[in-house]
Amino acid sequence: MDKTFDWLNPFASIDLGIGKWADGIKGWAMSNRSVIQPLKNFFEGVIVRIESALQAVPPVIMLLLLVLIAWQAAGRRVAILVFCCLVILGLLAPDAWSLAMTTLAIVIASVLLCVIIGLPLGILAGKSDRFEAGVRPVLDTMQTIPAFVYLVPVVMMIGIGNVSGVIVTIIFALPPLVRLTSLGIRGVSPAVVEAARAFGATPRQILFKVELPLATPTILAGLNQTIMLSLSMVVIASMISVKGLGNEVLRAMGRLDAGKAIVGGLGIVMLAIVLDRITQGLGRSGRERGHRHWWESGPVGLVTALIKRN
Amino acid sequence: MTKSPREDVIRCEGIWKIFGDKSRQAMDAVRSEGLSKKEIRDRFDCVVGVQDATFSVGRGEIFCIMGLSGSGKSTLIRHINRLIEPTAGSVIIEGQNVNAMNARDLRAMRAERIGMVFQSMALMPHRTVRENVAFSLEVRGVPEEKRRRVADQAIEAVDLTGWEKRYPDELSGGMQQRVGLARAIAADPTILLMDEPFSALDPLIRKQLQTTFMKLSAELHKTTIFITHDLDEAIRIGDRIAIMKDGVLVQIGTPEQIVTEPADDYVAEFVAGISKLDLVTAGRIMQPLAQYAQAKGPQDTAAWPVAAPGDKLDTLVDLAVGTDHPILIAEAGVPLGVVTKRALLRGIQGREDSNQPQAEAV
Repeated sequence: MDKTFDWLNPFASIDLGIGKWADGIKGWAMSNRSVIQPLKNFFEGVIVRIESALQAVPPVIMLLLLVLIAWQAAGRRVAILVFCCLVILGLLAPDAWSLAMTTLAIVIASVLLCVIIGLPLGILAGKSDRFEAGVRPVLDTMQTIPAFVYLVPVVMMIGIGNVSGVIVTIIFALPPLVRLTSLGIRGVSPAVVEAARAFGATPRQILFKVELPLATPTILAGLNQTIMLSLSMVVIASMISVKGLGNEVLRAMGRLDAGKAIVGGLGIVMLAIVLDRITQGLGRSGRERGHRHWWESGPVGLVTALIKRN
Repeated sequence: MTKSPREDVIRCEGIWKIFGDKSRQAMDAVRSEGLSKKEIRDRFDCVVGVQDATFSVGRGEIFCIMGLSGSGKSTLIRHINRLIEPTAGSVIIEGQNVNAMNARDLRAMRAERIGMVFQSMALMPHRTVRENVAFSLEVRGVPEEKRRRVADQAIEAVDLTGWEKRYPDELSGGMQQRVGLARAIAADPTILLMDEPFSALDPLIRKQLQTTFMKLSAELHKTTIFITHDLDEAIRIGDRIAIMKDGVLVQIGTPEQIVTEPADDYVAEFVAGISKLDLVTAGRIMQPLAQYAQAKGPQDTAAWPVAAPGDKLDTLVDLAVGTDHPILIAEAGVPLGVVTKRALLRGIQGREDSNQPQAEAV
């Protein structure tokens, strides 16, 4: 740094040491591994349990289960689409179904954590302008910062494996849930909230009986986005040794194996379509469903109708 | 203002509402210097919503607050159940100061003693009619079974039986507002706050709902504050009417007082187009019998039609078309005064009969 200071290009001669400082975090993380390890083990256990449960179900049963869920949530047409997608997924390669279940386990774990973290944050952001102003730049950062930037520190802190995969997925997939929850809460008619106040509801009752139910379609749109973003992270997460469909794509890239890449890629797409259609079906409003309760239609409605008839 | 010894259910004393960041300072300045609205806006960047409103409403009375949009009437009514905090002044309901209540007591009062109906209906779209009506009971933790029974009674009272399981957006506007009304009366509150309840409805439905409301109100005998921008509605429904303009209560009185003795030009302009037929009474336009006899000589009143001082002009017109004689006004058989055709016609116009010798004894 013995360059003379240049007024036209001042930045070249100033070094605040930000890069080194950030590197220090890495050092801190490495020396505090003993704190992080038990947490890591706990989450690892959760993920493994989800995965082994998914793997334990025979593919045909699982396929039928998902089709039934789709039928209940989104109707007969979506159920047929889901059936086709799952059959294509299974036919892609002999081990495609098992890989897809591994990926699904990671996605489920990530989305569960996103909901646990994102829903309260979104409610707070919907209620408080100041909190919203504070959280928005953080969400912007989470969404735009390249995944590779936080991939390394996360691995340094936690090590490679599923837990790190889930964490990097959460960083990327959390923002839409927070944003849309906030949007949903803000979109509730102030007149209805005022009426609830006028009839003596507590703030808690207003939240659970008025605001959250009315914000549900928007929140579910956020959940849908979160699920889609989680799926799109599986390839990057496979770089830190997360198994599943993403890993197939990564390995295929390394070997320039186009066939394998297509198998992995198409598998991810099929899984995405299935999850997308099911969650979109959940978000339809009561009016769109013809004002019937969920248990009055789909397979559950069919079964109850049959029982009633006998 | 109190004419007879009666029980005040709602009493508002000197309510001021000033909106803006510096409302406190503005209020102090108003107290010490008596600033005008414009000065408050220029000096403190604050808007005056309600200016020194004082009134009381007796048990079972329907008190209408009439004003154009922006006159502060919706702001004023929200002080009664403290949806809005006043900058100064207090609201006293059945002897309790609402502004001194803690949050829990306030919620109890809102749920159990005050029912409110909104212009925008403000029904909860995700709840059935029954669930909407039972809302105030639900937040108080009333058991499901009782909730259902009470809600169904309220629904029956507004003629919506059979619609309990429907959702608000399956109902027409008029029916929705009937649900709003049922929700307000479900907890059997002592007070009803009606914030322009029928303004968003078309005229025919509005009239229907006014009738439903008046029938209910006669049955239930609730103390009601009724906000409207429609003078006809205020006259039809209200026992007393307050006219509000730019945050100030310009005049408070019975419909007849408002129409016949407007406090200022603003009120006069408002009431100009109002039909006096059902409002003005014989007692107000009659000429004392003695005075009439003095001018025209002794009269044989045997053939004259007779009306009571409380009879409306409409009744007098019916009597007048059947005869050439003036109408004799008598109470309990004692003749009090005379209404000539001329006085009657002027009365319908809302003017004094100028040719008639003025009654000095009033």
